[in-house]
Amino acid sequence: MKVLSKNSVMEFVKKTAILWVMIILILILSVISPSFFRGQNLLNIIKQASITGVIGVGMTFVLITGGIDLSVGSVMALSGTMAASVAVAEKNMPIALVILVGVGLGALCGLINGIGVSYIGFPPFIMTLGMMTIARGIPLVFTNGTPIFGLSEEFNMIANSRVLGVPSLVIFLVITVLAGHIILSKTVLGRRIYAVGGNEDAARLSGVSTAKVKLFVYVFCGILSGIAGILICSRITSGNGTVAEGYEMNAISAAVIGGVSMTGGSGNVLGMVVGAMILTIIQNSFDIMGVNSFYQNIIKGIIILLAVFLDLRGKKKKN
Amino acid sequence: MEKLLEMKEICKSFGTNNVLKNVQFDLFAGEVHALIGENGAGKSTLMKILMGMYKKDSGSLSVLGSDEAYTNPDQALKAGVAMIHQELNPIPDMSVAENIFLGKEKRKWIFTSKKEQEKESKRYLDMLGIDLEPSVLMRELSVSEMQMVEIAKALSYGARIIIMDEPTSAITEAEVEKLFQNIKMLKEQGTGIIYISHKMDELFEISDRITVLRDGQYVFSKKTKDLCPNDLIKAMVGREITEIYPESKSKIGEVILKVKHASRKGEFKKIDFELRKGEKLGIAGLMGAGRTELMMAVFGAAKLEEGEIEIGGVPVRIQSPKDAIRQKIALVTEDRKRYGLNLTASVEDNAVSVIESSLSKFGFYRRKLGRKAAEEMISRMNTKVTGMDQIVGSLSGGNMQKVVLSKWLLNDPDIIIFDEPTRGIDVGAKAEIYKIIEELACKGKGIIIISSEMPELIGLSQRIIVLHEGEQTGELRGKEMTQENIMTLASGYRKEEKE
Repeated sequence: MKVLSKNSVMEFVKKTAILWVMIILILILSVISPSFFRGQNLLNIIKQASITGVIGVGMTFVLITGGIDLSVGSVMALSGTMAASVAVAEKNMPIALVILVGVGLGALCGLINGIGVSYIGFPPFIMTLGMMTIARGIPLVFTNGTPIFGLSEEFNMIANSRVLGVPSLVIFLVITVLAGHIILSKTVLGRRIYAVGGNEDAARLSGVSTAKVKLFVYVFCGILSGIAGILICSRITSGNGTVAEGYEMNAISAAVIGGVSMTGGSGNVLGMVVGAMILTIIQNSFDIMGVNSFYQNIIKGIIILLAVFLDLRGKKKKN
Repeated sequence: MEKLLEMKEICKSFGTNNVLKNVQFDLFAGEVHALIGENGAGKSTLMKILMGMYKKDSGSLSVLGSDEAYTNPDQALKAGVAMIHQELNPIPDMSVAENIFLGKEKRKWIFTSKKEQEKESKRYLDMLGIDLEPSVLMRELSVSEMQMVEIAKALSYGARIIIMDEPTSAITEAEVEKLFQNIKMLKEQGTGIIYISHKMDELFEISDRITVLRDGQYVFSKKTKDLCPNDLIKAMVGREITEIYPESKSKIGEVILKVKHASRKGEFKKIDFELRKGEKLGIAGLMGAGRTELMMAVFGAAKLEEGEIEIGGVPVRIQSPKDAIRQKIALVTEDRKRYGLNLTASVEDNAVSVIESSLSKFGFYRRKLGRKAAEEMISRMNTKVTGMDQIVGSLSGGNMQKVVLSKWLLNDPDIIIFDEPTRGIDVGAKAEIYKIIEELACKGKGIIIISSEMPELIGLSQRIIVLHEGEQTGELRGKEMTQENIMTLASGYRKEEKE
């Protein structure tokens, strides 16, 4: 019995390894820099991680099917900027409708990605690379490259308010992550997302409409990108076509650190959130300690390689 | 005769699992020595030790006059030990010559010398009597041609020992003949061949000696001419399998499936057949005869360009596997790793994959129901798993196949298509699969079996239709179902022409 319980403890630690990495990281940083471990700062970290976390959920879905979505950052810029332009042009438009414009554009981009990948047969990398470039260009053309200011109070409140003392960004994160987690782990759709990533041919021959499953993940990722686009424009209180550049890489990094496989079939949303947190913790603590931000890139890169290295070793041992 | 290889008292264990216990094996120049045993008997572990992929725990080994074990396959290859793997791994977009000279390119300074490589490749190909241009891309070759290129590659290394792992599992009868001719030629040149296979008739045709392993232990090495197939089965299984094919007791009922004038361009033409309840219908033909393609189309995985399908007398349109599943058709595919299973997922996830939407409520999968259903079916199939959470990729071939069967049987199908149901499965598990097929027929299911192993097809089927290059060349029943008759039809002679 004792051996068994020891094994199951080991199994548990292995499964949640990335969480322990984060906890150890927090402990070390708290010792080095006392101002790091303060309630306000910790909440701040979650807030900073939230936009990456929201798009990370979409990215996790796409990666699990064995695909990739490079257009996330650009779609954020498109959705956010267009929603901001609409809000400025039509002052009387209800805020819900403004949000709908942003989310709808995100969904549309996702739909095009999904159709390209599932029905036309573009490789996901190529399809979303094209979309990344197009979606970046549209808001720049539309605004002529100049930022949009003078957004309504309501718009700026979306990402800069608090509900019962909790920053609204954190609430967005929690809702998205919970929804994503429930879909992946509890629903038939979620199981099919894993099945498509694990073996697409076998899934199709088991009666799964694999094309529809793939279409769904890209639309879902597009919708979340739309939401994230509004959040980021609201947070900086302006619409700007150059916003969120490189965010797709943040989302991919978070997912990969959190154990999502780039070849599809495995990973989950909770791991991705921890991955996003680790990335933010590094950034936050370096800022506090006054380390040159260029070093952050180097450390981030090393962390990504280290996380995947540990994952690879774990898998090899199993075999 | 010169002794090329001597392995004595080889032991190897992985953790607490003793995979090889005091195994011995030797090989003389100019000999074909067959190595047989059920899956998991330790054949591949022994060969991997020889090739330097694994390190032996204890025992002695002497290869080509050296007592040093190789530390990697590359070293083995350069020393003259080559292995032709069951699954070939050519680089499809490189030419035949480039594949042969991969890793030892003929070079002039930093450039490869294409001309010289092709000239030399041609020499090896001619030696094997293969009519192939060395500049052709591997992608354009048939499986058997790729295999020949592998042998040419072994020759280019001057291999004295060639290991062939189930070399006939993916090639046609005629190509097997060609392969055997080449094996005989290699023998005459003094090459020693280690031949791994499950197919009895081949062993007796090509091998000089046979060594049997069982559960990691050495059973015996004997001259082939002193053995009969029953001796081998007994030695491999450790018990006597008197009747491997169960006696057919199913009652044949009304027509359940009718396929009329089914055609698909370049694959099959105007195929007509019926299947009755409780009937076991065999589909015979050589590789590329269109058997799998026909069944894929019946199952909706490929489009039926012409023709009709009736189920229980009612015309139906089957446009996707989903439609077929709704019509209670199941397809146990040929290549279970590629088409049948999600190898990274658990036993349960795979077992419920066909029925999971019916186990759900408001789109939520009900885990308890799923687990219960999976557990019941997996144990009914007598599947050896450590639990429902075991990853399918870690199971043996036979147990994988049982997970595939569980997945389909949970949907309670009326028509079950088996495409090469026992490929790569050991004798014991084969017998179990046959028993399951018989039980299903007794329950009134219509069964279609595609198999390249003729004894299996004859042993299981009550009726066999034969295809040749996409056309139906005949139908055989009862006593007509002999290997000779099937071969005649499969190679293109119609019944009428024969008479």
